[in-house]
Amino acid sequence: MKQEPITIEDFKEFFSKIVRIRTIEQAIAERYHAQEMKCPMHLSIGQEGPAVAISMQLNASDRMLSTHRSHAHYLAKGGNLNMMISEFFGRETGCSGGMGGSMHLIDKSCGFEGATAIVGNTIPIAAGVALSQKLSRTKNITVVCFGEGATEEGVFSETLNIASVKNLPLIFFVENNGYSVYSPLSPRQSSNRHITKISEAHGIKSLKGNGNNIEEALAISSEAVKYVRKKRKPCLIELETYRYLEHCGPNNDDHIGYRTKKEIDFWKSYDVISNAKKAIKELGVSPDSLEKLIQENTKEEIDNAFREATLAPFPKIERSISYEYA
Amino acid sequence: MNMLNKNSVKELKQNKRINNFADGIAAAFFDSMRYDPTVLAFGLGATDPKNIFGTMAGLEDEFGNERVFDTPISENAMTGMAIGLAISGYKPVLTHQRLDFSLLSIDQIVNAAAKWYFMFGGQQSVPLVIRMIIGQGWGQGPTHSQALQSWFAQIPGLKVIMPAFPKDGYNLFRSSIADPNPVIFIEHRWLHQMSWNGEGRVVSPTQLGKSNRVSTGSDITIVSNSIGSVYSHHAANILKKYNVGVEVIDAFNLRDFDINSISKSVAKTGRLLTVDFSHQFCSIGTEIIAQVLPLNFAELKIAPERIALPNFPVGTSFNIEKDFYFSTIDICKKIESMLNVTFPNIDDELKEYQSSSKKRFDGPF
Repeated sequence: MKQEPITIEDFKEFFSKIVRIRTIEQAIAERYHAQEMKCPMHLSIGQEGPAVAISMQLNASDRMLSTHRSHAHYLAKGGNLNMMISEFFGRETGCSGGMGGSMHLIDKSCGFEGATAIVGNTIPIAAGVALSQKLSRTKNITVVCFGEGATEEGVFSETLNIASVKNLPLIFFVENNGYSVYSPLSPRQSSNRHITKISEAHGIKSLKGNGNNIEEALAISSEAVKYVRKKRKPCLIELETYRYLEHCGPNNDDHIGYRTKKEIDFWKSYDVISNAKKAIKELGVSPDSLEKLIQENTKEEIDNAFREATLAPFPKIERSISYEYA
Repeated sequence: MNMLNKNSVKELKQNKRINNFADGIAAAFFDSMRYDPTVLAFGLGATDPKNIFGTMAGLEDEFGNERVFDTPISENAMTGMAIGLAISGYKPVLTHQRLDFSLLSIDQIVNAAAKWYFMFGGQQSVPLVIRMIIGQGWGQGPTHSQALQSWFAQIPGLKVIMPAFPKDGYNLFRSSIADPNPVIFIEHRWLHQMSWNGEGRVVSPTQLGKSNRVSTGSDITIVSNSIGSVYSHHAANILKKYNVGVEVIDAFNLRDFDINSISKSVAKTGRLLTVDFSHQFCSIGTEIIAQVLPLNFAELKIAPERIALPNFPVGTSFNIEKDFYFSTIDICKKIESMLNVTFPNIDDELKEYQSSSKKRFDGPF
């Protein structure tokens, strides 16, 4: 399929969005210690690239589902920031009414259909969402985001199969950060195993690249979305990336030694924000003033969101009971 | 076996050919799908020549292969896909030929379907029906016969419906499809061949009810479900000859049975027997007794009792099966002992019942 070249505007949009998400996530990490956000928190710092690259190709009627580490996906897809922060604070005004917390984000107004906390859980659900798009003859598509760990679940292969059988307009969006909590790939996946070959074996077009590389992430995402939208067939994308903080929580845990210094240094030197800056500079635009502007705007957004969250009421147990049945 | 030819399918569509419970389920599919284009029907074997014991006969011809389709053997993914459809404006019905097969999809049932409405703060319900069929007899054995309704009944967010009589099969199935929540709809395989002419169907589905009183009496209350209600109803008829009044309440809605009606009945009879087609440990009968005791402690003349299946799996051998399962006979005998009476010539009476009741299930599955 013929690809349009990536424009300077694309680069700037990508850069602005990753800086915004990084700034939000860092603010959450800083304020987490106040112990007002009483829920497990899987931050996306380091992994902003893939989420933004794919979301830039989508519109509000395209739908997305995600997993426990979903802040970047939710924000990139256009999820409401205030409702996300209120959800972390367990307030009635949260995007899930305080019932779900950080691991259960939803904003149906922008097509973010939900993130759930069991690895692999939303993969087949996304197939159903995609099937609904097929049955109602829309031009929209569905993206399901998950980590490389979810490809170890049986339901991943089950869903590849049905997506191929039914020609679903579905993108399997794999972010490979190399770790399941502290477990590296070696005890989990054979070095001869390639995720893209698994999907290819199901007859699914599969693309792989580095999610921290702005050109690669954008080009692959764009190619995949155009393909799925036009051909009405599934596609799989695997983007490598790296999580900077601990699996769950606001801290850096590199001192406990489950990742080598060499590996950490490589990824820190291959940070998506620095990479994007370099790329923009090469196009003759100075990224520093843009970065500063985005950071300042985002800081204002964050302050608002936190203020609103702390003022919002807590849900009562009676309200919780009313959510048992529709 | 329910191989339908083209003519009989046409008749079924027109609701002219309903002979049994299985036809009633097929008719309920037809009527739901005809009036609601968002209803979808799928499951392994849904469109094969046997159409899930005839319960999905003719659907694909009538509604096309986008709405009615066979699936890969991927229970977990199929359940997830059904959930995805349900949160996108469709009303899927997923069928498992055996309840046991659904165990491969517990993550989707418990962590997704049951929780979705709750964990996203009441924004999006999951109007989904999962049909599960419980096998019995002809050596179904340990993993083709499990009656695990208590498992599902303990999960908030799920509704669990177990119809007993064909009319209820039709009506409750339509109500389950119309319900905005995930409903586990459990059919005992033997019910499929129960005769019925289609009388008593509602035109448009009502809200799911709680319980039906199927026999009235003032000596003992039986609370039962599924095939247990059929046996209990038979027992009540047999014991009429002995002037024993058995009140049978078919508590088909397992998480939401009508405790007020049950309590009222127990207040009248002073005796309670639960008949539950599942392992006895943590059974629905156990829950019913736990709820009745504080309400009716003073009126109870004797301790409540339970009839249920043993707390070990059923072996395949025919010789084991016949001792493992209960029937109408066991219910009559239990009532005899609970009332501390002797029914004269009851054995002859039961022998006659046994030979007059329908041919027993003769497989293959």
